[in-house]
Amino acid sequence: MIGLPSYLVLAALVFSIGLFGVLTRRNAVGILLGIELMLNAVNINLVAFARFHGDLLGLIFTLFTISITVAEVAVGLAIVIAIFRVRRTVEADRLDLLRG
Amino acid sequence: MTVDVALPLLVLAMPFVSFLLLAVVGPLRRTGRGAGVVSIAAIAVSFGAALMVWRRELVAVRTWGWIPADGGPIATVGVLVDPLSNAMLVLVTLVSLLVQIYSLAYLADERPAPLGRYYTYQSLFVFSMLGLVLAPGFLQMFVFWELVGLCSYLLIGFWYERPAAARAAVKAFWITKLGDVGFIVGIVLLWSATGTFEFDDLFEKAQAGALAVPGLAAIMFLIYLGAVGKSAQFPLHVWLPDAMEGPTPVSALIHAATMVTAGVYMVTRTEPLFALVPGVLTLIAWVGAFTALLAATMACVEGDIKRVLAYSTVSQLGYMMAAAGAGASPAGFLHLLTHGLFKALLFLAAGAVIHAVGTNDIFRMGGLFRAMPHTAIVFVVGTLALAGVPPLAGFFSKEAVLGGVWEAHLTGPFLMLALTALLTAFYMFRVVFVTFFGRAHAGGHPHEAPWLMRGPLWLLAILTVVVGIRLALGGGDAHEGAPGWLAPLSVGLAAAGFALAWVMYQRGAVDTARVAAALGPLDYAARRRYGLDALYAGLYRGIILAFSRLIGWIDRYVVDGILNALTALTLRAGDGLRSIQSGRAQDYVYGVAFGVLLLFVWAQLWRR
Repeated sequence: MIGLPSYLVLAALVFSIGLFGVLTRRNAVGILLGIELMLNAVNINLVAFARFHGDLLGLIFTLFTISITVAEVAVGLAIVIAIFRVRRTVEADRLDLLRG
Repeated sequence: MTVDVALPLLVLAMPFVSFLLLAVVGPLRRTGRGAGVVSIAAIAVSFGAALMVWRRELVAVRTWGWIPADGGPIATVGVLVDPLSNAMLVLVTLVSLLVQIYSLAYLADERPAPLGRYYTYQSLFVFSMLGLVLAPGFLQMFVFWELVGLCSYLLIGFWYERPAAARAAVKAFWITKLGDVGFIVGIVLLWSATGTFEFDDLFEKAQAGALAVPGLAAIMFLIYLGAVGKSAQFPLHVWLPDAMEGPTPVSALIHAATMVTAGVYMVTRTEPLFALVPGVLTLIAWVGAFTALLAATMACVEGDIKRVLAYSTVSQLGYMMAAAGAGASPAGFLHLLTHGLFKALLFLAAGAVIHAVGTNDIFRMGGLFRAMPHTAIVFVVGTLALAGVPPLAGFFSKEAVLGGVWEAHLTGPFLMLALTALLTAFYMFRVVFVTFFGRAHAGGHPHEAPWLMRGPLWLLAILTVVVGIRLALGGGDAHEGAPGWLAPLSVGLAAAGFALAWVMYQRGAVDTARVAAALGPLDYAARRRYGLDALYAGLYRGIILAFSRLIGWIDRYVVDGILNALTALTLRAGDGLRSIQSGRAQDYVYGVAFGVLLLFVWAQLWRR
C-alpha cells in the first residue's frame, strides 16, 4: 500500500518542476504550462488528503480547481495571443514595459 | 455705582462714546467736519464734568473686579479720584478741547475722510489719557499707557503718505516700547512680590514697612524705565523731536501737554513707592537734569520752530523728573500743569505761524509781528512763561522745582538745571526775535490766523497769566522754604538768556557764525544731536540686521539644508533601487518563490 508521504513527495516534485518551468521558460506558453503543473500538484495534494482522511470535501474542492484552471488557461492564452498581435513575440524576456 | 464716581466716569465715557460713534458709523466719520463737531461736543461735556469734579474736590476710589480668580479678582479696573487726578483731568480735557477746536481751522484743507479719521484718533486718545489718569492700579495704567502710545503712533503718522512721517511714527512707537518692556516687567515683578496691582494696597504696605522685598530697587528702576521712554528722558528722548512730523495740534496735545507727561504723572502717583528706594530717586534726578541740559543745548542750534519746541519739551520734562527725583514731586507736578498750558500755547501759536508761512524754518520767516500781531503776542506770552518770567505761570513752578532740587542737596543737578534755565530763555527768545522781529524773509503775504485758531490761543495765553497771578497771590505752597536768593537767581538767568538772544539775533552785535566757531565741538555735536540718533541707527543695523542675517543664514543653510539633504538621499536611494524593477514577470515570480523558501527556512530553524 502506497502511503500519504509518497503522494506528497510526488506533488512536491510536480510543483517544483512547474515552478522551474515558470522561472526558466522563455516562451509565454511554456510559462502557462508551468503554472498548470503547479496547480495540478496542488490538486494531487487535495485528493491525497481527502483519500487518507476520509473527507470528501477535498474532492469537491479539486473539481472546482480544475474548472477554474480551465478558465484561467483560456484567459491566459487569450492574453498571450493579444500580446503576440501587438508585439509580434511571446518571449518573456522582451516583455519588460514595466521596467523601472 | 455710587454718586461719588458718576462724574469722573462721565468724563471718561464721553470721549469713548464719541470714538465708538465715529469708528462704527462710517458715513458720520466721512463727513469730516461733522465728525469734528461730534468729537468736540463730547469733549466739551467731558471738560464740564471734569471742572465739576475739580471744583468739588472729589476724593474717591471705586474698583470693579476684572480678572476673576479664587479668593478675589487678580486685577481690577476702576477710577481713582484725588487732587492729583482732578487737576490732570482738567488739564487734559481743557487742552484737548482747545486743540480739537483749533484743528477745525488748522486742518481745514484736509479732505473729509482723513479729517474724520483724525477726530476718531483724537477721541480715542483723550479717552486713553483720561483712563491713564484715573487708573487705580498699575495694570489699568499700563493698558491705557499702551493705548496712548498707540494713538501717538497713529497721529504722528497721520500724514502717512509722507515717508518721514511714517518713519517718525514707527520710531516713536519702538523707542517708547523699549521703555514699556521695562515697565511691564517691573509691574509683574512687583505683583509677584506683593500680590497686588492696586496703588492703595501698595501704599499701605509701603507705609507699614511690609514692602522690603528683595530687589525692590531693581523693580522700581524697571518701572521708571517706562517713564524714561514715555517722558522722553535721556537716552530714549530721540523719538520726540521726530514726532514733530505729525500735525501741529497733535504735537501740542500729545507731545507737549499730555502724553509725554504720563511718565512724570506715573512717578508722582507712585511717589510713596519710589520714596523707599532713594538710590533710584537720585538716579531719576540726575537723569532728569542731564536730559534738561542736553535737550536745551540741542534746541539752541535747531532751525525748525517745532523742533525747538520739541527739544524744549524734552528739557522741561527733565525738569519735572528732576523734581520728582529730588522728592519734590508736588513741584514737578505743578510744573507739569503750567507747562501743559504754556507749551500747548506755544505749539498752537507755532502752528498758526506755520499755517501762515508754509515752512517750519525760522530763518525763512522774520518780521511776522506786523503781519500777525495776535499770534506774536500770545507766542511772546508763552515764551515769557517758559523762560520763567514773573508773574507768569512758568516762573513759580520752575522756581519750585529748582528749590526742591536745592533742598535735596543735589548740587550737580541743580547747577545743570540753572544752566538750562539760562539756555531756555536764550533759545526761546532766539525763536521770537528771528521769527517775529527782524527782517522779513517770508515770500507771499502771511495772514493772521482765523478766529477758530486765535480763540484757543488767547484762552491759553490768558490762562497762563491768570494761573501765574493766582500762584503769586496764593504764595504757592510748593516752594516754601526755598532759599531767598532763588527767585532773583532764576529771574536773573532768564534776563541773561534774553539779553544774550537780543544781542546775538536782534542787534546782530555778535556774529552767530563766529560764536558757533568758537564753541566748535559743542556746536558740531549739538547739531548732530550728540550722535545719539546715529548711535541708535547703528545699533539697529548692528544688532537687529545682524541678527536677521544670522536667522536668514540658519534658514537658508540649516533648515533648508536638512530638507535638501533628505530629498537628495531619497532621490539617490530611488535611483539605486530602480534596477530591481526589471519589468519581467519571471523575475518577480523568482523573488516571490525565493522569499517563500526563506520563510520556510526561517520557520524550520528559528521558530522551533
